[in-house]
Amino acid sequence: MPPGNARPDLPTVLATGLLLGPVLAGLAGTLLPAFGYLPVLGFDTLNLDAFRQLVATPGLSRSAALSFGTGLATSLLSLAIVLLFTAGWSGTKTFRRLSRFLSPLLSVPHAAAAIGLAFLIAPSGFLVRLLSPWATGWSRPPDILILQDPYGLSLTFALVAKEVPFLFLMTLAALNRPHVQEYAKAARSLGYGRVAGFLTAVLPQIYPLIRLPMLAVIAYATSVVDVAEILGPTTPPPLAPRLVQWMNDPDLAKRLMASAGTLLQLAVSAAALLVYLVLEKAVSAVTTASSTRGWRFRRDRALRGAGLVLMALVAAAMVLSMGLLGLWSVAKSWWFPAALPQRWDAARAGDAIGMGGPALLATVLLAIAAAFAATALTLWLLETRNTHQKNRSRRLNALFFMPLLIPQIGFLFGLNMLFLVMGLNGSFFAVLLAHLVFVFPYAYLALSDPWYRLDPRYTKAASSLGASQARIFWQVRFPLLLRPVLVTFAVAAAVSVGQYLPTLLIGAGRIVTVTTESVALASGGNRQVAAVYAVLQLMIPLAGFSLAALIPSLVYRNRTAMGVSRT
Amino acid sequence: MKDPGKTTQRAPCARSLVLDKVTVRLNGLPLLHIDCAVSPGTILTIMGESGSGKSSLLDFVAGFLKPDFQATGRVLLNGRDLTELPAQERRIGLMFQSALLFPHLSVLQNLLFAIPAGIKGSELRRSMAEKALEDVGLAGFGARDPATLSGGQQTRVALMRTLLAEPEALLLDEPFSSLDRNRRAEVRALVFRLASENNLPVLLVTHDREDAEAAGGDIYDLDAGSALNTAAG
Repeated sequence: MPPGNARPDLPTVLATGLLLGPVLAGLAGTLLPAFGYLPVLGFDTLNLDAFRQLVATPGLSRSAALSFGTGLATSLLSLAIVLLFTAGWSGTKTFRRLSRFLSPLLSVPHAAAAIGLAFLIAPSGFLVRLLSPWATGWSRPPDILILQDPYGLSLTFALVAKEVPFLFLMTLAALNRPHVQEYAKAARSLGYGRVAGFLTAVLPQIYPLIRLPMLAVIAYATSVVDVAEILGPTTPPPLAPRLVQWMNDPDLAKRLMASAGTLLQLAVSAAALLVYLVLEKAVSAVTTASSTRGWRFRRDRALRGAGLVLMALVAAAMVLSMGLLGLWSVAKSWWFPAALPQRWDAARAGDAIGMGGPALLATVLLAIAAAFAATALTLWLLETRNTHQKNRSRRLNALFFMPLLIPQIGFLFGLNMLFLVMGLNGSFFAVLLAHLVFVFPYAYLALSDPWYRLDPRYTKAASSLGASQARIFWQVRFPLLLRPVLVTFAVAAAVSVGQYLPTLLIGAGRIVTVTTESVALASGGNRQVAAVYAVLQLMIPLAGFSLAALIPSLVYRNRTAMGVSRT
Repeated sequence: MKDPGKTTQRAPCARSLVLDKVTVRLNGLPLLHIDCAVSPGTILTIMGESGSGKSSLLDFVAGFLKPDFQATGRVLLNGRDLTELPAQERRIGLMFQSALLFPHLSVLQNLLFAIPAGIKGSELRRSMAEKALEDVGLAGFGARDPATLSGGQQTRVALMRTLLAEPEALLLDEPFSSLDRNRRAEVRALVFRLASENNLPVLLVTHDREDAEAAGGDIYDLDAGSALNTAAG
């Protein structure tokens, strides 16, 4: 047997390059212009002008504070809801039912979710319509600032609704680990309440698996662009959307300022992460202290109730929003305060799809190409590590999380500059590469678990029958893992569809997807067309996941043991 | 406490499975030591509770030793040194606690998977697989989904799948432990009969004394500190 960790194999090297390369190059490409060095545009002296300009920008500290505040609040709230609900209800029927509802919500792109939630909570939105005019007395939309409120409350709300399903699924996956449920039983049989038992006995076991996703949520929420453009405050906006404005400003000097601002963005996100790490320590100290004192918190009905209500609210808000997207996309007229459209017109949706044809095509092509590349590379990586008898390593996991732990904007600016210099800017290939940086990690996260969980004895049985490595892969492992492989493909495609900033920056207006279109339309106020594009955003992941469920069922319709329970 | 190497007769001819001074260690600590030879058509039974290292011994012989384990010594089969060979080139047939029929293939496809690629012609391959099913009383089961077979039937298919790959030795890793009592003796007798008909050296790992006695060969007891009992016959 060759010893385990001697030399890195080719797919590991490739994966490292694909993940680290753009990030490092992008960071460098952000750093240099921030200090005045951008030779392509004629700036070739190192100076601090960009920073001076940045500091002089009105409302800068408020923008930074908004990013920090909404980002941290979103992340903490989301985690609290997920943990409270899981603590109070895991193992119950309610838990199982709600989790079935929440899982598909993960694949809803952020932009589509934001547009749908705007339809729900706007002053002229569905909730107000339901109560008007009989309860509120309003016959026209009230003049209150709900969307784009100055404190970023609607932004926070939308991000929570979107991040809760993500963190919840990560928690569900962690709960699947062997014996975890037994710790909960042990704690409860010692007289601990459900919530306290979970927090003191189970959470410490599974938290390491939730931690990286949580940090990724913080990095994302403090630097989000698409949701902030639809729901975030505008006077001033949070930092990240402002940076994008400067980046696209005709005044080229603004680009240097945008780069300097990106460093501020990195600092803001880092500060939020740091605060979280401190909070993490504090909370762990408190739970340890409480459990070593034997506080059992047996009466936790109120807490459990709160967890359930919050979780149900999130699920209901998301489901309603998706429904509203559908309604708006086929509504002809829908005057306030009617709860449902007065007139329907599916033909207009058809027209909008026709107009958006090129965008739809680009979205689908990008999604398929990115998903194929990411899934194939993941398979290659896992298969190679398997034959070299390498176990899953923490280092590899951390590598895959890295692009998710750095604010996208932090290296996309630089990457954009780099592509500009290379003349790749606006090409399909460049956008695909930028997508892959974010798609590949999710593909790996989706596939590595089922891969390592596959009974290794199938491989042993096959090789003791004399089958070669290639034959074992194609005839045993791959077909056995067909379902998770297809799910991975669908996840990867969904992630690609959801990409806003990479498409916007690297696509340079030449590559346009339904996602960039829907955000532009939504901030332009065209509800019906924005809804059509948002629905298109939903359809692609939906089609992917349906196929991923359908194909294995068809292929293995006569194979009982290949049913859903295996994956 | 006796050294098994001294009591086991080393087969004089090259046609046998030889474990030549094999020591398996876990993170440097010795787990077991064995030095013996299994001649064609005979069964050496290794007994031990879980954790005694018997599955890592099988892993070593079959070529699957995990990185945490280290082994010294050699494995020889019919004069070939297998120690450095990858599993698929060892020609050692392996049967597990569960039948491990590939769930995505039909019963017949499972058997076809095992027939060496050198045997050409789909008609011939097919008839070999069908003949194998007949031999174990499962004629006509080829198109079935393996998951619809009973435990005993699955084990019989797994046995034929192993034999169709034309192994030169058999390793049995508690292959009867998942069967109920009634089936157990029947399937066990079948496995032993076919192994001896094919003149294969067999290494059987079990914690069930009944299995060990039914095997009728030497018994190497890991729990009893390497004592070796010779059963009748």
